Amino acid sequence: MTLLGTLALWLALLVGIWGALAGFVGGLKDRPDLARSARHAVFAMCGALLVAVVSLEWALFQHDFNVEYVAAYTSRNLPIFYTWSALYAGQKGSLLFWATVLSLFGSLALVLTPRRHRELLPYVAGVVSVVAAFFISVMLFGHANPFQRLPYTPLDGSGLNPQLQNPGMVFHPPMLYLGYISITIPFAFAIAALLSKRLDTDWLVAIRKWTLLSWLFLSIGICLGMWWAYVELGWGGYWAWDPVENASLLPWLTMTAFLHSVMIQEKRGMLKKWNLALIIGSWLLSIFGTFITRSGVISSVHSFTQSSVGYFFLAFLIVSGVASFALYANRLPLLTAEARLESMVSREASFLFNNLLFIGIAFSVLWGTLFPILSELVQGTKITVGPPFFNQVNIPLGLALLALTGIGPLIAWRRASVPNLQRQFAVPGTVGTFTALILLVAGMRDFYALMAIALGGFVVGTVVQEFARGARARHRQYGEGYVLALGRLLARNRRRYGGYIVHTGIVILFVAFAGMAFKTETEASLRPGESASIKSPYGWTYRLTHLGISQYDALNRQVTAATLEVSRDGKRLGVLTPEKRQHVDGLGRPTFQPSSEVGIRSDWREDLYVVLGGVVNGTEQAVFRFTINPLVWWVWYGGMVIALGGLIVMWPGGTPAAKRSQAGYSVRLVGTEP
Amino acid sequence: MTRRYDVTSHVDRREFLVLGAGTFLGVVASWRRATPQTPDSLPGTGPSGRLWDPARAGRPLPPVVAADNDAAIQAIEKRLHCTCGCNLDVYTCRTTDFNCTVSPALHQRVIALAEQGMSGQQILDQFVRDHGLVILMAPPKRGFNLAGYFMPSLVIVLAAAALTLVLRRWTRASARAQPARPPEPGVAGTPEELERLRGELDRLSV
Repeated sequence: MTLLGTLALWLALLVGIWGALAGFVGGLKDRPDLARSARHAVFAMCGALLVAVVSLEWALFQHDFNVEYVAAYTSRNLPIFYTWSALYAGQKGSLLFWATVLSLFGSLALVLTPRRHRELLPYVAGVVSVVAAFFISVMLFGHANPFQRLPYTPLDGSGLNPQLQNPGMVFHPPMLYLGYISITIPFAFAIAALLSKRLDTDWLVAIRKWTLLSWLFLSIGICLGMWWAYVELGWGGYWAWDPVENASLLPWLTMTAFLHSVMIQEKRGMLKKWNLALIIGSWLLSIFGTFITRSGVISSVHSFTQSSVGYFFLAFLIVSGVASFALYANRLPLLTAEARLESMVSREASFLFNNLLFIGIAFSVLWGTLFPILSELVQGTKITVGPPFFNQVNIPLGLALLALTGIGPLIAWRRASVPNLQRQFAVPGTVGTFTALILLVAGMRDFYALMAIALGGFVVGTVVQEFARGARARHRQYGEGYVLALGRLLARNRRRYGGYIVHTGIVILFVAFAGMAFKTETEASLRPGESASIKSPYGWTYRLTHLGISQYDALNRQVTAATLEVSRDGKRLGVLTPEKRQHVDGLGRPTFQPSSEVGIRSDWREDLYVVLGGVVNGTEQAVFRFTINPLVWWVWYGGMVIALGGLIVMWPGGTPAAKRSQAGYSVRLVGTEP
Repeated sequence: MTRRYDVTSHVDRREFLVLGAGTFLGVVASWRRATPQTPDSLPGTGPSGRLWDPARAGRPLPPVVAADNDAAIQAIEKRLHCTCGCNLDVYTCRTTDFNCTVSPALHQRVIALAEQGMSGQQILDQFVRDHGLVILMAPPKRGFNLAGYFMPSLVIVLAAAALTLVLRRWTRASARAQPARPPEPGVAGTPEELERLRGELDRLSV
């Protein structure tokens, strides 16, 4: 099967090269035969890469430890769930996964795109082929072939890193990869629009679903990554401003900026240059993230081992960046706006400032991520840029963005009048002010936390007002009950009201982030029967009594579990069993250093987070870290609300009027347009 | 005790009582020897029992002492970067990655310097002297590092100013290109009505 896999990779490479040539030549020379051939090449490349994936999975499930990748990431006793996910656990497999999904997305884009965009499709096939062929080249020529064999066959494999043996890790990397990969489709359409000079708003319609899909995958992937970090890594947080975390945030920020600014182009025919630049920039940032992850150029807990593969990505990043922006610069004269901004106080202007903040945050994250390299180049000294730096720079920007999340929907398109502003801001402004006052009276003095929650109140006020006005309008116009009116309001304008649900999810996330300002933690070493206490920010006291330690064998690990009885203000809540795990291979040999498995008791107010550090001198006296993390529950539910809002926005259908308004037909008033 | 021909034993009352008492004492004594862990489940009694296989629980750890939970020590350690490659601060690393030997050593160094009477800043300065700036979680705000802190804000402020100027130019150009004019023939509606209509359309479609 590995021979078949390698042959499939070579075939996919050759077909990809042909697809690229046929696509670009077919588009430029207007040759339908070549355009058709490019389309078929993408399908064939997808088929060949799927064969390669099946071959690798076959080797993984057959425990063919003569294959270096199989021996490095699996063992005989690895659960099936994780044997499957070993496909993308290592660098080589993840490159194959990336190329395969890209070719699959490319095929779907070619099949699903309406015929009216057919002039763009040869170029789309060409771009997808180039990018996929690049990934295959890295595998074949960058010493990253997942089918490479060893000169000997180990009795058992090394197994999967214990930290990757978590359900979050089964879903988090593919979701993030899907987000990164799917950005290639909007990028391919953008390049197609530039090459074909069809630079009206039409190409944006073709990519709308793809941009939303990409944004949704990135959002879910980032949230799952936070969850995985929280439950698995044991440091008691979910975001550490690690370079690889930052790399995933960068395209998310630029894509979110695009999702806002594209509305201006669709409705008013403005910002064509800006939107194209955002799409190209987002794609380049996704490649930059791959470079950061795989080069080891910046120290990161996520980095794959330092290898030459990273420099393939750097070269690709530079070449494709220069080519894309050269083409973009060449077409700038064609990217003129169809309308002009009429007022500084308009939704268009607020969206522009919103874009400024998104890009500003993206810049500051990128700047902080690269600053250690820059500092070493300029000063010759290594420095560390950790969470204190990022928090200092980004929290104020994030709060400003949260404020704009509430302000944007309140300002009318084109021009807002003073009475209109007064009417729109009255309720949300009052809600935000009252929230701040209540928090101040309650004794909250952390400025950023207070601002985050107060601005959250303001944004929720905006969202509720928008829903209430819409439902009331339907109630008056159609006589519908309020619940039915709300449902139909959402169903008939999914983009607008789904967007408000996303905003609500963002508010929930910000409030949850604010909760971490009140985190408390303590360490204790306890003998069986001894207790430790920790005071919650809510005022009550947890008492944790160490009942003892048990040791037992599980499927692929030897477990040392401490049992702690938890009570709150004297009321028994149950037990927590944090663990130390020593993973072993099928022959019982230790494979990795012992890892910690945290015990978490979670409710909507706070998490009690317990880590078993180890034991004292081999006795049952154990060392624990107890942490209280307020409002963490809301991070996960905020993420779910964002995903739900994204799904509502993406969901196909809607009324013809809504479709028209979302399909690039700007609303024009006779006699008011120039 | 007398042995009979059918190999059964005959025990008289005195012997039975002596044997019974001896067995009871023996069981009690051996029970106390055989179950040393039992008292551990009672609060504050006896030493802890040993684990069956301590190696499975990772590196042996010292008991937690008061300095480990000292807020001032923790605050210093949260500003120091662990050099084991984890990218975490010393406090987080030593309370998370219990296989790491670097962060506990750095922790001991912090405690030792604090016990010498050094202030937090003096301890940080000493660490910088020993390890270089890389030991700090965030670079000090001086020299070239100022660019690190203020460049994003500066860029955003300049971009916001530039955006404001551009928007103002656009809106002026728009106003010049669109002088106030009477409604065109066939257009039913005053400017006020058109404004209301625009508002309603905004409300219905985004």
